[in-house]
Amino acid sequence: MNKRVTNWIALGALWAAALTTVGVLGTLLLYVIINGIGALSLRFVFSAPEGVRMEGGIWPTIVATVYVTGLAMLIVTPIAVFAAVYLAEYARQGRLVGTIRFAADTLASVPSIVMGLFGLALFVEALGLGFSMISGALALSFLMLPIVMRTTEEAIRSVPKYIRWGSYGLGATKWQTVRKVVLPAASPRIITGIILATGRAVGETAVVIFTMGTMINTPMLPLDPGRSMTVHLYILAMEGINLPAAYGTALLLVAMILGFNLLARFIVRRNRRMMG
Amino acid sequence: MIESRLHGGAAHGSDEVEAADKLSVTDLDFYYGDFQALAGVTVGVKERATTAFIGPSGCGKSTFLRCFNRMNDLIPGTRLTGRITLDGEDIYAPGVDPVDLRRRVGMIFQQPNPFPMSIYDNVAYGPRLHGVKKKARLDDIVQQSLERANVWREVKDILGRGGLTLSGGQQQRLCIARVLAVRPDVLLMDEPCSAIDPTSVQKIEDLMAELESEITIVIVTHNMQQAARVSQFTAFFLQEETNEPAELVEYGRTAELFTSPEDKRTEDYITGRFG
Repeated sequence: MNKRVTNWIALGALWAAALTTVGVLGTLLLYVIINGIGALSLRFVFSAPEGVRMEGGIWPTIVATVYVTGLAMLIVTPIAVFAAVYLAEYARQGRLVGTIRFAADTLASVPSIVMGLFGLALFVEALGLGFSMISGALALSFLMLPIVMRTTEEAIRSVPKYIRWGSYGLGATKWQTVRKVVLPAASPRIITGIILATGRAVGETAVVIFTMGTMINTPMLPLDPGRSMTVHLYILAMEGINLPAAYGTALLLVAMILGFNLLARFIVRRNRRMMG
Repeated sequence: MIESRLHGGAAHGSDEVEAADKLSVTDLDFYYGDFQALAGVTVGVKERATTAFIGPSGCGKSTFLRCFNRMNDLIPGTRLTGRITLDGEDIYAPGVDPVDLRRRVGMIFQQPNPFPMSIYDNVAYGPRLHGVKKKARLDDIVQQSLERANVWREVKDILGRGGLTLSGGQQQRLCIARVLAVRPDVLLMDEPCSAIDPTSVQKIEDLMAELESEITIVIVTHNMQQAARVSQFTAFFLQEETNEPAELVEYGRTAELFTSPEDKRTEDYITGRFG
């Protein structure tokens, strides 16, 4: 009897813990949706803020956000993938590789506000790039680099040895094998890593406030400044300028990140089907 | 049943003029780090014939097979002494590029290992690596190779589908087609039938019989019936004590080795007394 009770209690605790996870997400989404849905309209998405109370829309901040994260993705992907290929395939496994991996993990845990400060010092000031998309993208790429590199490395390592042997057995060089077999086989997981890192970058605030500035501007060139959605949300809410618009921005932001995650899943599934 | 096959094999063998050695191994010792896996192996592999390496698992026959295309080079800590020649040339000589060697000495693995790409691209992979670009030429090579690998009829309408969507046996024949597409002189097969269905095993043995007039085949198998069916020559390997290197116990015409082995240990093995 006692055992039975314990069993029920354990099951209940596990169930409650699982429910809490889903419940937190659900509550948060519901809260953002209820508060934000009223602000949403085509005009809100596609027009610029007007007046002191920032009425109107948030279009320039959406453009700035997409611009800077897109640019960061372009910068980070080749570097991260090459670094991961080197670590997983070429480097002699030893202390140096261990150190690089430790450095990447540490880089991933550096507080983003510190990264922002560093970006301000290096890109905005020392390199003279000013508050700009490129400064923001470079600083964000520091944030994304370890995530993409580590997921890519794991993805490469998970490609079975015997698939590589098949390629070597046909007279392929190491680089041919990596480029034509290993990377394509690992690509669903690499892409997932990139998308998840991009999702992280979309939601980043501290880094971009230091490197892109807060000016509302629809950026065209990489050297243009701009205000990201997160920064816009922060300013609207903290300075009590326009709370409904802040919630509207929050809702769009969450929707975008959710979209990224769904896209990642879609790509992985489609690839899995193609690969068998 | 084995008996009758063996007599067939013997008749087949004696009709032929003795071919030259395609591969020749002299005094080969092989090491994984400090562990010596093979000792003093000296053997020749006849051109345009099928040679089987048999022996209990863990006796180093797969290790030995991988010496012929220097696949062991990819495993850290391995080394070998002795000499292996292909058409009289030392394949471990300083100037030899293992990448070029592997194009001439193809390999089929125990686990079918199609690349995660379409059936067509799997077969075209090798030719593309070696510079074939024209679509029409690639189409020809792909069709021919799949035909020779006895799988064309099953896949001709689904060439664009992923190689991994095929059944295990079809995957293995796809892998054979992939190797044949680079026109190797030698085909190494490392227990190619141990992970697939009986129908495909039959098809693979059929294609081996067809290929044997144009290509030199070396097959590692722990299935003695298979060795008896497909090969003209057999080499028996044995590791007598754990932690001791394995040796080549006996080598000869398959028919003779299976019917009148010279070594007591060969006899014990083929009559199923151990292994």
